[in-house]
Amino acid sequence: MEAIYLDHAATTPMDKKVAEVMTAIYQETYGNPSSVHSQGRKARKQLDEARRLTASSIGANEKEIYFTSGGTEADNLALIGTALANREKGNHIITTAQEHHAVLHTAEYLETLGFEITYLPTDESGRISPEVVEAALREDTILVSIMFVNNETGVIQPIKEIGAVLQGHHTYFHTDAVQAYGLLELDVDELGIDLLTTSAHKINGPKGIGFLYARDSVMMQNLMFGGEQERKRRAGTENVAAIVGFKEAVQLNIDEREARNLAYEQYKAQFIEQLKSEGIDFSLNGDQEHAISTIVNISFPGTNVEQVLTNLDLEGIAASSGSACTAGSVEPSHVLSAMFGDDNPCTTNSIRFSFGSANTEENVIEAAKRVAKIIKRLTKQGK
Amino acid sequence: MNENKNTRVVIGMSGGVDSSVAALLLKEQGYDVVGIFMKNWDDTDEFGVCTATEDFDDVVRVCNQLDIPYYSVNFEKEYWDKVFTYFLDEYKAGRTPNPDVMCNKEIKFKAFLDHAVSLGADYLATGHYAQVRRDNGKVELLRGVDENKDQTYFLNQLSSDVLAKVMFPLGHLQKSKVREIALQHNLATATKKDSTGICFIGERNFKEFLSEYLPAQPGEMQTLTGEVMGTHDGLMYYTIGQRQGLGIGGPGEPWFVVGKNLEENVLYVEQSYGNDYLYSDSLIATDLNWINPEEIKSSFSCTAKFRYRQKDSKVNVTILEDGKVHVEFAEPQRAITPGQAVVFYDGEVCLGGGTIDKVIKNEQHLDYVG
Repeated sequence: MEAIYLDHAATTPMDKKVAEVMTAIYQETYGNPSSVHSQGRKARKQLDEARRLTASSIGANEKEIYFTSGGTEADNLALIGTALANREKGNHIITTAQEHHAVLHTAEYLETLGFEITYLPTDESGRISPEVVEAALREDTILVSIMFVNNETGVIQPIKEIGAVLQGHHTYFHTDAVQAYGLLELDVDELGIDLLTTSAHKINGPKGIGFLYARDSVMMQNLMFGGEQERKRRAGTENVAAIVGFKEAVQLNIDEREARNLAYEQYKAQFIEQLKSEGIDFSLNGDQEHAISTIVNISFPGTNVEQVLTNLDLEGIAASSGSACTAGSVEPSHVLSAMFGDDNPCTTNSIRFSFGSANTEENVIEAAKRVAKIIKRLTKQGK
Repeated sequence: MNENKNTRVVIGMSGGVDSSVAALLLKEQGYDVVGIFMKNWDDTDEFGVCTATEDFDDVVRVCNQLDIPYYSVNFEKEYWDKVFTYFLDEYKAGRTPNPDVMCNKEIKFKAFLDHAVSLGADYLATGHYAQVRRDNGKVELLRGVDENKDQTYFLNQLSSDVLAKVMFPLGHLQKSKVREIALQHNLATATKKDSTGICFIGERNFKEFLSEYLPAQPGEMQTLTGEVMGTHDGLMYYTIGQRQGLGIGGPGEPWFVVGKNLEENVLYVEQSYGNDYLYSDSLIATDLNWINPEEIKSSFSCTAKFRYRQKDSKVNVTILEDGKVHVEFAEPQRAITPGQAVVFYDGEVCLGGGTIDKVIKNEQHLDYVG
């Protein structure tokens, strides 16, 4: 039975070209970019080029890009780094109840340090309203952190409108753009963003690399101590091969953005269409007018997530939901709880399917057929 | 042998050596094996750490060694509603419950079996030391070959319909052999310590655990003739026949719990292991389950266990109304405890069992026992 991957929001297959450039770096460019000799300079040159491209991909200056070990580290640096460096300006941070845990758990940590955090609510649309952000602003607000695209629902947040609301307030605006970067065109000046998180492995790049954009004017403390890499904001020898792989993935995304969006959008539509034609009962979670091309979150009434996901995997389909707890069992989704309330069945019967480079028209239709078969079987049992 | 590859066996894996080896044996027999970890209890501490995390990690490592898929399923709500609530209710009633029997009845071989079936399982397997005999459409529960480990006591509430869908891959093995197999195959859990005690309490102090859920009411310890011997910490902390923790000093033989008076909150104690008050000659059991009920006569002789890891005793069983039985002992029995299971055997075959409700001596209910 053919395995079908519908979990691109978790991670994506690495592009062959990315693997090739990385292999070449591993084999030929072994220097430490900080070294004062030719091998070092050779690596440094690669690093500079990667920084230039990634900066230009979001309309930033290359001095504003800090390579990190990925999205989680970038979120940590954005939140903790700015909170600690701006404490005398204020103690208040605004984020939302539906952020990724890399932001939520970091915010909870900051609470233990004495910061006051406002977790903005959302509604069934899954969108955060700019008015709600504005109403939460205070004189002592130093940071607003709102994700660009929700990783569970795929709902695109009104980042530009929120950026506009924040103009004129001294707070920094951070966005975790891990699910948006590559697919949506982003310009930090147009959007009014001061800090932005990305991750390479969500865009067919390598795992273990990402970057934080931090506007030049942002005061931010480093969390890693050691050498003077990344303008002292992130100590540690640079992961040159991964950074070059990231650059390659970014370039491919720029070149193929439209075609990819079109194809992924189509896979998603075909998948949903096929489910409809199979006559099973389901509904889509979140505002579909503002959804990213790759992600759909589907509620299957009368099922539960663990049962469905296990069955899907046994039928060769990789999908996901909420977040797994450390003991492997699936916890109700905090994102869907924020949208529908804790007791809504959607929080325990919804599955995220995410489309991308591992898909074809044929395999998404085949996947929808297998999904429908499983849902029919499970709901007929009436469990 | 190769026909087995079309037979899907879902195995409940705890992260212990027994279920690890059970999974290994099924895999070696060529079955389509799926490993599932059950999370029945939330003991997440203030740091977000739960013991289930480590156990599940062991399940993951073993399944990867065996190259079988693994998943987790959460039955915390079912466990709370069906097992833990019963557990607390029994303690409140002054009895000594057996949550493992209830867990097998309501969770492992009901909710979990349903889950396995929903995954297309032909069989559910566990690492219990017990055997299923299938003969001409008849399904029986047999003791595990290892006398010391036999777990049929805890499985007495299963029906033959359920057992028809169950496999116990370890039933024919000695525990020492199971360890040996684990070591031979270098399984990640080969040297892991066996878990002890009730699963949700784990290594914690039982008294402390219980006090988090039930208010403890200290009261008097008295002899059955009314002599006050000291104070107790709350009746729920004591069980019939218990010697430890009474704190009665003085000369002579040690003291034992012989009974409880719930209304007056009195714990009855008497001196010496062989004290007459600890002995009885028959009991009434409720909630009877017969694995093959059509074979049970209205009155018959067999053997029985009144506790886990006890030698069998000869008994006469008489079926009463409302699913109760009267069990007469061939020899007087010590410390028969209400709330515990009485389980019946015909040779190697486990016939079924029930819950001890009343303890009797000389045709009198021993009301002091509880």
